[in-house]
Order: sequence, then C-alpha cells, then structure tokens
Amino acid sequence: MSIDLLVLLVLALIAVGAALGMLFSRNTVYSVLFLVLVMLTLAVLYLILGAPFVALAQVTVYAGAIMVLFLFAVMILGPQKLAGAGGPIGWQRPVAFGLTLLFLVEVVYAFAAKVGKLGALSCAEAGFGSPAAIGDLLFNRYLLPFEVTSVLLLVAAVGAVVLTRE
Amino acid sequence: MTASMFGIWAIKAIILIIILLTGFAYATYYERKAIARIQVRIGPNRAGPWGLLQPMADGLKLIFKEEFIPAKADKVLFTLAPIITVIPAFLIAAVIPWGGEVPFFGRTAHLYLADINVATLYIVAVGSLAVYGIVLAGWSSNNKYSLLGGLRSAAQMISYELALGLALVGPILIAGSMSLVKIVEAQKSVWFIVYQPLAFVIFLIAAFAEINRSPFDLPEAEQELTGGYHTEYSGMRFALFFMAEYIKVVAMSAIIAALFLGGYYGPGVAAHPWLGPVYMFIKILVLVFFAIWTRATLPRLRYDRLMAFGWKVLFPLALLNVFLTAVAIVVLGG
Repeated sequence: MSIDLLVLLVLALIAVGAALGMLFSRNTVYSVLFLVLVMLTLAVLYLILGAPFVALAQVTVYAGAIMVLFLFAVMILGPQKLAGAGGPIGWQRPVAFGLTLLFLVEVVYAFAAKVGKLGALSCAEAGFGSPAAIGDLLFNRYLLPFEVTSVLLLVAAVGAVVLTRE
Repeated sequence: MTASMFGIWAIKAIILIIILLTGFAYATYYERKAIARIQVRIGPNRAGPWGLLQPMADGLKLIFKEEFIPAKADKVLFTLAPIITVIPAFLIAAVIPWGGEVPFFGRTAHLYLADINVATLYIVAVGSLAVYGIVLAGWSSNNKYSLLGGLRSAAQMISYELALGLALVGPILIAGSMSLVKIVEAQKSVWFIVYQPLAFVIFLIAAFAEINRSPFDLPEAEQELTGGYHTEYSGMRFALFFMAEYIKVVAMSAIIAALFLGGYYGPGVAAHPWLGPVYMFIKILVLVFFAIWTRATLPRLRYDRLMAFGWKVLFPLALLNVFLTAVAIVVLGG
C-alpha cells in the first residue's frame, strides 16, 4: 500500500465521518463545524490531486467565508438543539428516503455498467491545476460560462440587497 | 521526498516556531514600552534590566492562574477555541521568505519554510480560518458580551478579507506570480510600494482589521463588551488569544514587508546574503512600531462606521486598484 493510498483512506474516513456527524448532530453549531471539517478534508484531497490553487480556493471560499456566514446565521437565530422530526416539514422524510434510494440505485448501476471498462489512470500533465493553467482555462475555453456565472452571482447579490431594503 | 529533506523542514519549522514565540513575547514588551513612551510613562522596568524579563514574568503568572470554565459554557468548544485561534497564526508564517539563499556550513540554505506557487492565496485562506476561533470562543462562553464580540469579529473579518485579498492582486500582477518568494525577488531593484501605493495603504488598513488591532479592535471593546470574546477566559487559554494576536501582528508585518517593502532586499544583500534576515527584521520592527503607534494615537471606530468604511471605501478602492494595475500592465506591456 502506498503512502498516497493510506492518506486517501484516512482522509476519506474523516470526511465521511464528519459528514455523518453533521447529519446526526443535534446541535446546529456542531453541525456547521462538522461541515467545515468536510470542506477542509476535501481541500486536502485536491492538494493530493496536484491542484493547490483549487484546494486553497476551497478553503478560502467555503471554509473561510461561506461557513463563517453559516455560523453567523446560526448564532444570530439562536443555536438550538433540534427536537426530533415532525412539524411542518414532516412530510419530507419519506420523500428523502425515496430519493436516496433512487440515487443509490443510480450509483450502483453506473458503477456496474462501468466495471472493467475504465482505462488505466494517467497522471495529469505538468502544470495542471496551477494558477496559470486555471486562469487560461477560465478566460479562454470557458469564458462564456464564467461570465454568465459572474452575472448570475451579481444579480443574486443585488437581489439580496434589494430584498433586505424592504 | 527524502528523509534529509524532511529533517531540514522539521528543523526550519522548529526554528520558525521559536522565533515566533520569542517574537510574541517581545512584541508585548515592545508595545508596552513604546506606548509608555508615547504617553510619557516609563513602562515595565522592574523584572530584569530595563524590564527585559517582563514577558517571562507575565508568562509564568499566566501559567499559574486558575483556568476557569463557566458552568453553562460548551466545554469542548470553550477549550478548542483558543487553540483554533492560535494555529492559523503559526501556519501563516510558513510561506514568508526571511532571506534569500545563504551559505550555511558549506551548503546553501533557503531561509523560508515553503515556496508554494499559491502562497498569497494561502495567506488569505489561513487568515480566513482564524475567525472560527474567535467566533467559537464568543459562542461557547455562553455570555452575551462574548457572543456580541464574536459576532462582530466575524462580520468585521469577512468584510475586510475582501479588501485584503484584492490588495494582494496588485503585487501578484506586477510580479507575475502568486509565490511570495517570486514577489520578493521581483522587487530587487524597485519596491512595490512605488508601483502600488494604494494597494499598500489598503492592505495595511485591512490587515489591522483582520488581526483585530486598534483602531479596529471592536470585538474586544472593553467599554461596551467588557472584553468581548475573551471575557470568560483566564490563565493560559487567555494567553493563547494574545499569543495569536501578537504573532499575527509580527506575521502580517513580515507579509507587508515581503509584498511591498522589498522583503529581505537592501543595500549589500547580494554580496552578504546573511544581511537579508537583518533587513527583514528591521522592516518588521518598523511596521510593528507603526501598529503600536496607531494604537496609541487613534480612537476606536464606531461599529457602523467600521463596516461602512470597509464596504464603501476600502472595497471599491481595492477594486479600482486591481483595474488600474491590470490596464497599466496591458498598456505598458508588463
């Protein structure tokens, strides 16, 4: 077993464990923190895959900004311990089970259909995932989707400001 | 990765930690002495000659103080919060170049821990994690003043992070690299403060806000919040918050020196590489003094003014600076 595989297994264990912790924690603040841990583990996975820029962008944007806002919202609303299921969203539980089952079937099917057909894995070429390579991709090959996304985000930001004004 | 490379990294990391811890201890002494002078006092002068042993005395006192945990506090997070605060402060220092290549017992050594090609982004990423410690300290104390301090600092740090990150773009564009080592090497002839005066000012202000230094120390405003997020902390846990703050003052000064003030370059460095760390040290001393001077001079901002300043003044200016730098580079052809 190589060191990479060992690190990968440990990280996967932490990520899945933290994700489960997030789902089953009764305290919303702990849930948020477990989600932060998942984000950080994913960042380390990107780092192992040779994409430091993506890894650090993941830490800055998700762990550093978005999750802090989550925590902020949870604290302002009052972190409360969840009291079991039920209430107005009680009907969502059976729906969630159905959708999860569907997803699992899909994953198993996709996996079964692909077994034995996957080619040998090749290493990414040198420079892959470097800031220059990502910039080149974003501003040449994927310029239109990139710009459309930025306009969408701008509209969302303006919308948020307008909604809070009322 | 060979074993010897790993050994060199370990040695460098240990030296760096010792330097930062000493820096923390003497930054407190420096601050108390400098502020005393500004206020026409003498400052600490009892422990050792000129009070030089004062930081040790403070450290010993804090170790022997009672570690108090409030009855209704969240004990796990209350214990973790100071640790979460102090770790990013150390991590940030890993990418700072303290000098160039120096001869060291017959071999050349690099005076930095890691030269990664996304060092500037690393600084922003690690800096953004520091806010968790403060927010969690505020929440887990189960005290309304602490909670308000924690919330304030979360809002403040997120707001000023944007300006901080955008101010980094100027030097990155001019140097053509996100690596701090490359950015310093690009300043061999001209310091970036000449090309990027606006980015320098923005970065300086945003850095003060990011590390909760006066005049942006609202999260711990004692008149309104009786101490803010660390109201309930005592002993070594309390000391860890201050360790994080002073280490970040030193680390941020080093980053500002590396980004805008030529890093370890100065007259005669090419001939005597060991002068590099000395210049770096002098630049850090000057910048830390500036932080102390600011604290002694400026009153604390009001909270709404602080947010308005961050979003309506610093952020647009930082955007403008990115735009102007990019246009200038395209027009002048790099």
